[in-house]
Amino acid sequence: MSGNSTYEPKTAFTRWLDTRLPIVRLASDSFIDFPTPRNLNYWYTFGGILTVCLMVQIITGIVLAMHYVPNIDYAFASVQRIDRDVNFGWLIRSIHAVGASMFFLAVYMHIFRGLYYGSYKAPREILWILGVVIYLLMMAAAFLGYVLPWGQMSFWGAMVITNLFGALPLVGEPVTQWLWGGFTVGNETLNRFFSLHYLIPFLIAGVVGLHVWALHVPGNNNPTGISVKTSADTLPFHPYYTVKDGFAIVVFLLIFAGFVFYAPDVLGHADNYIEANALVTPAMIVPEWYLLPFYAILRAVPDKLGGVILMFAAIGVLFVLPWLDTSKVRSMRYRPMARWFFGFFVVACLGLGWAGAELPDTKVPVLGAIGVDFLLLGRVLTLYYFAYFLVILPVLGFVEKPTARPASIEDAVLHGDKPAKAGSAGAAPVAQPAE
Amino acid sequence: MTDNNSNPDEGGETRRDFIHIAAAGMAAVGGAAVLWPFIDQMNPAADTLALGTTDVELAQLSPGDEITVMFRSRPHFVRLRTETEVAAARDVNVASLPDRMARNANLEDSAPATDENRSAMSAAIAEGESIDAGLRAALLVTSANCTHLGCVPTVGAGDYDAWFCPCHGSHYDSSGRIRRGPAPENLPVPPMTFISATTLRLG
Repeated sequence: MSGNSTYEPKTAFTRWLDTRLPIVRLASDSFIDFPTPRNLNYWYTFGGILTVCLMVQIITGIVLAMHYVPNIDYAFASVQRIDRDVNFGWLIRSIHAVGASMFFLAVYMHIFRGLYYGSYKAPREILWILGVVIYLLMMAAAFLGYVLPWGQMSFWGAMVITNLFGALPLVGEPVTQWLWGGFTVGNETLNRFFSLHYLIPFLIAGVVGLHVWALHVPGNNNPTGISVKTSADTLPFHPYYTVKDGFAIVVFLLIFAGFVFYAPDVLGHADNYIEANALVTPAMIVPEWYLLPFYAILRAVPDKLGGVILMFAAIGVLFVLPWLDTSKVRSMRYRPMARWFFGFFVVACLGLGWAGAELPDTKVPVLGAIGVDFLLLGRVLTLYYFAYFLVILPVLGFVEKPTARPASIEDAVLHGDKPAKAGSAGAAPVAQPAE
Repeated sequence: MTDNNSNPDEGGETRRDFIHIAAAGMAAVGGAAVLWPFIDQMNPAADTLALGTTDVELAQLSPGDEITVMFRSRPHFVRLRTETEVAAARDVNVASLPDRMARNANLEDSAPATDENRSAMSAAIAEGESIDAGLRAALLVTSANCTHLGCVPTVGAGDYDAWFCPCHGSHYDSSGRIRRGPAPENLPVPPMTFISATTLRLG
């Protein structure tokens, strides 16, 4: 995509087309001959998996919209009708609901991969920022979609999230009423949420296009974090990575299907099978699992506005990460200290999710003996979450001593990840995609 | 490894070719299997198919009256014909009709389009009920959608003073049979049962 096209049209028609709309050339340069680092591992398959997730959500969503009625008097019943009466409606709705969870599962793998291998560093800052934009849009789409079935969790989730904006000084109340289109969450709210829920996935698809474009200019990062130097460092995308991605997609779809057919509701909340009731709030009001860490950060702050600001800052900090990490070394494979801090960061994110799922006053197992409840756990982990980005990564760049790195990707493939020994370059090429 | 690389000089199939075809074939079968639910979901749903029956109260009708009732979401004409209309309808030679079939869900597909076969004489009668023979002969129930392109014909118009379809000029007689115009078939008669002396159940 960076100007060195290898595509040669072979028929009269493709030659004619290529001089008018080089679409086959674009596809060939992007997904067939595209030179890709030869050492990508399975963590690098989640981009393809996420593309599949987006397509599955859009296709099933369009189909569900053929049967769904966005009106507070009919929405809940229309979802029940999809499950019971529409041909294969049970299947299509399960795919859509489970698909949301699978989408987030894949995106978290994808994000942690990027954090570990330094995929956000120069020259890929725009690629990373576009990714964070997609993540934000995904959360918006997931929240809006969750409101549509008009069950108890839908209604009270919408109530709680829209009321967050009430924390804004001065404009809080008018902004909240503007979001509602009334004096509370109601039919107007449901209608606009349906409209926006339909729109956002197409915005995501557009930003994904930009994300792929921004990927194809500098090319893929790779587990060593070393830039591609020669063609010996790369393989054509097809068949090597189409097959590797394809295999990963099949395995992912097996897990996906396992949930769809055997536990379609296990990731959801039973209360959402009770129709929305504006007079009764469910005893346990929690978001879906993939939003729990942010919920824990929100609750960690005793001040309403402060909690809202910190929750948005938790995502906002990702936008500036490329300039917070001062290390010259991309991959944490060669950053002995950063690896530990990264490991703790993953644990902190999981811990925040746990804290978000439990009541604040509940004692944490084991740690409860010394008086640690989930509110305190959430506060400690929130502190670490922000420290990782704002203190640890900026400081590590100056104090950490990276380990020796291989001379090139080719060298890493042929002689392991140890640094190059003298005179070992230029081994015979092997037609074997490296793991 | 060498076994897996096709060698153009040998011209034989390789193991890789087989894997290619097997994988692509499996993907095609899987794709087709996934496609079906997404096609089938647009077919009528179970609750739509389960749309039950419509009961028509006949006591409200005097000879010459006509009402339109909804049955399975579609309008149907229920007409209590006068003796003159019945006589005129019975006087027609079936062989001269554009459509010689009764088009009556209560009868065999091969039943001819006599007025007796078109009228409520073809309706089933619930056990233990006895229905006035004059009523059965005079009562006519048909679909109210023209068999040409589905418009609703106007009552008491056209060459036969029965039904005339304003969309493309189809003329129906007092038996609901097409006599002139583009419509290919007689107005179909729905399945029906007399569940009491004054109640006709469609469906």
